[in-house]
Amino acid sequence: MLDSLKILFHQGKQYIPDVTTTDVPGIFRGRPVISDAQVDETALVDLCPTGAISANPLSIDLGRCAFCAECMFACPQKISFTKDYHISANDRGALVVRAGDNRPIVVDPDKVRAEVKRLFGRSLKLREVSAGGDGSCEMELNATGNVNFDIGRFGISFVASPRHADGIVLTGPISENMADPFLDAYNAVPDPKILILAGTDAISGGIFDGSPALNRSVLDGLNVDLYVPGNPVHPLTFINGVLDMLQRKNR
Amino acid sequence: MQIKNGEAFDTSDIEVLSYPDFYGRVVELLAPETHHCLSYFAAPHAGSLRLYAFIAIDENAFIEALAADVATSDTLQAITAERPEMHVFERDIHEVFGIEFAGHPWLKPLRFPHNRLAGGSVYDYPFFNIESEEFHRVGVGPIHAGIIEPGHFRFICEGEKIHHLEIQLGWQHRGWENLMLSKKKMLQRAILAENIAGDTTVANATAFALAYEALAAADPNPTLTFERTLALEQERIAVHTGDLSAICTDIAYQLGNAVFGRLRTPMINFFQKWCGSRFAKSLIRPGYTNFHFTDALADDWQKTADAFEPHFREMADKMFDLPSVLSRIERTGVVSTETAVRIGLVGMAAKASGLARDVRATHPYLDYASLDLKPVVKNSGDVYARARVRYEEVLQSLANIRSLIAQKHEITETPKGDYLKLRPGKTVVSLVEGWRGVLCHVAQTSQEGQISTYKVVDPSVHNWMGLAMAVRGNGISDFPICNKSFDLSYCGHDL
Repeated sequence: MLDSLKILFHQGKQYIPDVTTTDVPGIFRGRPVISDAQVDETALVDLCPTGAISANPLSIDLGRCAFCAECMFACPQKISFTKDYHISANDRGALVVRAGDNRPIVVDPDKVRAEVKRLFGRSLKLREVSAGGDGSCEMELNATGNVNFDIGRFGISFVASPRHADGIVLTGPISENMADPFLDAYNAVPDPKILILAGTDAISGGIFDGSPALNRSVLDGLNVDLYVPGNPVHPLTFINGVLDMLQRKNR
Repeated sequence: MQIKNGEAFDTSDIEVLSYPDFYGRVVELLAPETHHCLSYFAAPHAGSLRLYAFIAIDENAFIEALAADVATSDTLQAITAERPEMHVFERDIHEVFGIEFAGHPWLKPLRFPHNRLAGGSVYDYPFFNIESEEFHRVGVGPIHAGIIEPGHFRFICEGEKIHHLEIQLGWQHRGWENLMLSKKKMLQRAILAENIAGDTTVANATAFALAYEALAAADPNPTLTFERTLALEQERIAVHTGDLSAICTDIAYQLGNAVFGRLRTPMINFFQKWCGSRFAKSLIRPGYTNFHFTDALADDWQKTADAFEPHFREMADKMFDLPSVLSRIERTGVVSTETAVRIGLVGMAAKASGLARDVRATHPYLDYASLDLKPVVKNSGDVYARARVRYEEVLQSLANIRSLIAQKHEITETPKGDYLKLRPGKTVVSLVEGWRGVLCHVAQTSQEGQISTYKVVDPSVHNWMGLAMAVRGNGISDFPICNKSFDLSYCGHDL
């Protein structure tokens, strides 16, 4: 018993006091900034492995980006990735960052459905479904609940049954073989419900886009409440995206 | 013919046998316990099919390569009947190309790939059943209770006791092998390789890079060699620590769960400091890297490891000394050495069952020859052994990185990988020991110098059957802890 208390004491404080403003260690790649420098845009478009870059004006779609940073290394005067992890949005178009545009990516409060804030603002239970995910987004979603990030402090947690959940978090490019199980889980969540696409694979298929083994048409007609980019999503991107969606003022 | 790990050779040098001779050779080669099948697949060849088998000869660091020409209409004698470890490979060939294997005891779908000849859907899987009032069946998945990948488990239970478990996979199939051929840019392929399995990014990206560089006859760059070895050991530390946390979760040992969980954080954050990704995505590229291991990073790693190690040891000592933990993990989920050999277990699970299968030691590559690594082997084959192998391997990997950093030399810069040109008509077998076990990447080039075959065997392909064997006779409530002790990959299997 005393040993256990000693071990506990040795860990010190591990939780991040403010997950909305904390700095991430190292050279994390979050929101990119694209300058107005004149460069060969076609070369950058051709370089991008996932078709995330478009020319005229040069833009990066974070919903397609693999965050490999090859474009930044090829053309540092044009593209740089900042450590800004606030990159979730509820409008798919808001994930496209254009040249000269240095504004933060935000969840548009006018586009959040009224019932989302009213019903889930103080307690949100989510069911995660992996549909071809490689396990990294899944591990990062698990990490949101660990002692460092502790998403539970906001009344947000992951639950085992869709019947107990207020919404689905989908990861992976949506394999054909998981398309129906995903829909079953989605349909089992009582209305009103939310849908969050977590990770580049879920948002666009990522590097797997166009594979005949996927079935992304299951998303047709479903209302997506939040897009969380990342390869994989960073726990702070997820937590802040959900807090913004719930319009939590007190955090 | 005998080949070496990571050395490209002319595909035409592989002797093409008749199937009966091929069958006889494979059965004979797989007899000793130090031999095991790394990869066995079929590739289209001149309007027909060519079978390729690659068998590890652990005692002398060779790989035996064999081939045979067959037609899709053939019925072949199943090697599985003699050597059960071959069951997955014959199922794979049957599923995609329709070849019948006579005498195969379990010729069922493997991963329901989009290009399967067999038809049917993932819902039509023919589960084994026992008609008896004594037994009941329990189905779990594809979606599991936690935040993990999907797979379906079908138990046949006698009361609380598991009599039989059948594991149905394929839900995660993304068409990976097909994409590896259709996407032509090296960068796209490197990103595909690091997305095979998110917990094995470094190992898969390294196996791909080594295969690609061998096909292009690139001279090994000492800096890249050093950095990749270090990253592989770091990945092992991070994942093993996280797995110890998860094992504690599954036996409701809250302290171990929280402490190992928080100890994993600085280890994966170290990758973020190194390359901007906690899972080391974008770190490993063929022929170059954008992220060198600088002196500042070496200092940072020393500090991180010095802070990590005493806390890690303290927690593990407590865990492995606590009767309430030991009573749950000792003699739970046992795989005997004999079973491990028969089903061809590899890596961490094999080492826990008394088999020293670790290609870092048996087929060394990168800087492993200089590390003189002794595999951590336990003999009890239970959850305890699999947890204990992790604990000791974390300490071993910390020592390995310390020794690597002590030998650190000046960074040798490389140009971008564009200079790499694949040579035509070559084959390479690239083996890398991930934290879970051996990854086998086999790549072949066409006469035009394009990649014509790219086959990946994740250690999970061998080891899922190990889990099915381990749970027999155990209470169904111990399934989660057995499953976590193997921690196998779904997407790495389904591809």
